Amino acid sequence: MIPLEYLLTLSAVLFALSVAGIFLNRKNVLLLLMCIELLLLAANFNFIAFARYLGQLDGQIFVFFVLTVAAAESAIGLAIVVVLFRDRRTINVEQLNRLQG
Amino acid sequence: MLAGARMSQTLLLAIALLPLLAAVLAGLAGKAIGRAGAAAVTIGAVALSFLGSCVVMKQLLLDHAASFNGTMYTWLVSDGVHLQIGFLVDHLTALMMVVVTFVSLCVHVYTLGYMREDPGYQRFFAYISLFTFSMLMLVMSNNFMQLFFGWEAVGVVSYLLIGFWYTRPSAIFASLKAFLVNRIGDFGFVLGIAGVLYFTGSLDYHTVFAAAPMVAGKTVTLLAGHPSSALTLICICLFIGAMGKSAQVPLHVWLPDSMEGPTPISALIHAATMVTAGIFMVARMSPLFEYSQAALSFVLIIGATTAFFMGLLGIVANDIKRVIAYSTLSQLGYMTAGLGASAYSAAIFHLMTHAFFKALLFLAAGAVIIAMHHEQDMRKMGGLRRRMPVTYWTAMVGSLALIGTPFFSGFFSKDALIDLVHASHHYGSVYAYWCVLLGVFVTALYTFRMMFLTFHGPERLDHHAREHFHDVGWDMKGPLVALAIPSVLAGYTIGPVLFGGYFGDSIRVFPGNVVGELGREWAGSLDFALHAFVSLPLYIAALGVLSAWVFVLRKPEWGDAVRERLGLINRILVNKFYFDWFNEHVLARASRALGSALWRAGDQAAIDGVAVNGSAGAIGWLAGVTRQLQSGFLYSYAFWMIIGLAVLLGWFLIRV
Repeated sequence: MIPLEYLLTLSAVLFALSVAGIFLNRKNVLLLLMCIELLLLAANFNFIAFARYLGQLDGQIFVFFVLTVAAAESAIGLAIVVVLFRDRRTINVEQLNRLQG
Repeated sequence: MLAGARMSQTLLLAIALLPLLAAVLAGLAGKAIGRAGAAAVTIGAVALSFLGSCVVMKQLLLDHAASFNGTMYTWLVSDGVHLQIGFLVDHLTALMMVVVTFVSLCVHVYTLGYMREDPGYQRFFAYISLFTFSMLMLVMSNNFMQLFFGWEAVGVVSYLLIGFWYTRPSAIFASLKAFLVNRIGDFGFVLGIAGVLYFTGSLDYHTVFAAAPMVAGKTVTLLAGHPSSALTLICICLFIGAMGKSAQVPLHVWLPDSMEGPTPISALIHAATMVTAGIFMVARMSPLFEYSQAALSFVLIIGATTAFFMGLLGIVANDIKRVIAYSTLSQLGYMTAGLGASAYSAAIFHLMTHAFFKALLFLAAGAVIIAMHHEQDMRKMGGLRRRMPVTYWTAMVGSLALIGTPFFSGFFSKDALIDLVHASHHYGSVYAYWCVLLGVFVTALYTFRMMFLTFHGPERLDHHAREHFHDVGWDMKGPLVALAIPSVLAGYTIGPVLFGGYFGDSIRVFPGNVVGELGREWAGSLDFALHAFVSLPLYIAALGVLSAWVFVLRKPEWGDAVRERLGLINRILVNKFYFDWFNEHVLARASRALGSALWRAGDQAAIDGVAVNGSAGAIGWLAGVTRQLQSGFLYSYAFWMIIGLAVLLGWFLIRV
């Protein structure tokens, strides 16, 4: 059996990658959405790892919920991106700085 | 003393409050009740007050009623300190009440004629009635709080009346000057009252006076290593208040300028009553002052200086009212010197006689001014004795009383004062004696210079005055005659007032005092008057009158010669010893410079610059810095969230 540490390390690496993607990506909003998906997957990975480790099914059930929510979130996110593009004619992150007082 | 009739509280309240009521009526409803109504109401009220005061006097003298001391109303009690309205009516108070209401009544009647053509008729009556009320509250008070109230109230009315003709810039200036100079005096007065409260814990006269021996032993340290007597300090502070109100050097500068007010006011407030409030106060405080030799010497020296040096200024003044004003200063100096010599009763006696003859002189001067169509320069008068004989003869009575001619009232009070100052052993009494003695010459000189310039010699009236000249009516002459009578007769009360123990225990003088020594030689007022013919002051006064006659009537050209010969002295006198110059160019300029420096450094730099604009600027700068954090980029917000999360988690982990 694969030790728990390996799985947790993989999940942490995935999480770190996605966070770095959110910070460092200055180009495309779609990449941001993908990074968020990756973030959720990293969390899912933890759920599964602990479910296996503890021998319980609760974690795996939670993963289904998360996946559902993630699907809905991507749908809304993509819809927002479409509206955003219609409004600003761009989805370049560097030009999206309207979120300030 | 027999336990006779008790004084009625209602009567005392009526005496004090009737003028207030009249003032409110004439002041607030002046339009409704009209000119005649305002005059009738105020004159009626003051006349009733005068009658009431006479009744009080009669009860004290004939019925041997005990003096009244009672509280009417408690205003507030704070930490054991009672602020109350109450009356203390003893022989001293009764004398003051009669003098104040009598002179006030004369002035009220005189005003009928004097202010006839003035648009501010009702306002004037309201003011003088208000003044009468304030002065009565001052003299009838039985505690320091009410004394202070009356003290300030008469000051306010004085301010209002000096600036009565408020369209004249000089009147506004004079009223402001009077107010400011009095503030300086009042500052000392308040400090004195605070000292009394601090050391005795009470403001009631009797409690304070009873505690005086206890306070006398206490010291306060103002300068490190130099403890000074607490009582001396209190007395000097109180006397500084008196110096402001009673116009003693160097706080005298407001009184000559106060002549900008209407003449009835000069007579009532700035000669007969208000300016004597300081004298009355010190006499009232005699149980305190007696314990402090140093304070008495201070009083003596200030008074004597005022008596002589302010009299000198009267010699060079040309405005008829100013001559009398300087004379008032000088006479107040006499009274103050008397107080300093522990001769409180003599000072109060002179206060009384002076109130009559000085009010008389002022009202006579006012009559001349009205007859001359508001001309006040004596050089443009002359020969008026044929045109206005009643005024001339009454003014002559006042002048003779003023210079201390035997058988006139001023003689008794002034000669007694001079003798008592001479007999005093207080430090500075030799200097004081010479001042008051030489003051007699000066008094005679300026008084008769004024009389000769105004009423004798050739007529120097200009065309305007000659054409419009009209003698005044009996509404103005009546008060002159009414005042001339006590100006002669008031002196004959010297026996009981000065030597007969009239004041009883209302004035406290230590045994071995000078009044007692003089009293042993006392053998009746006629004897006293005859004694004058073998004593110095009479001949000095005669010399003064003679000099005035020579310089004004016989050889006017000598005056110019003397002026040229004594150019420096003349210049000093014309410039009033440079007091005004000093105040304006040194004190006023220095305080303006201080004020402007404080304004720049304190207001503009510290408060506006640092506190107000500075804090606003600091917040603006801080906001400018933090605004940089809010970039609007999603990723930077996410970054800050992560950082925040990391910091919180890290802190949490370290804690656990």
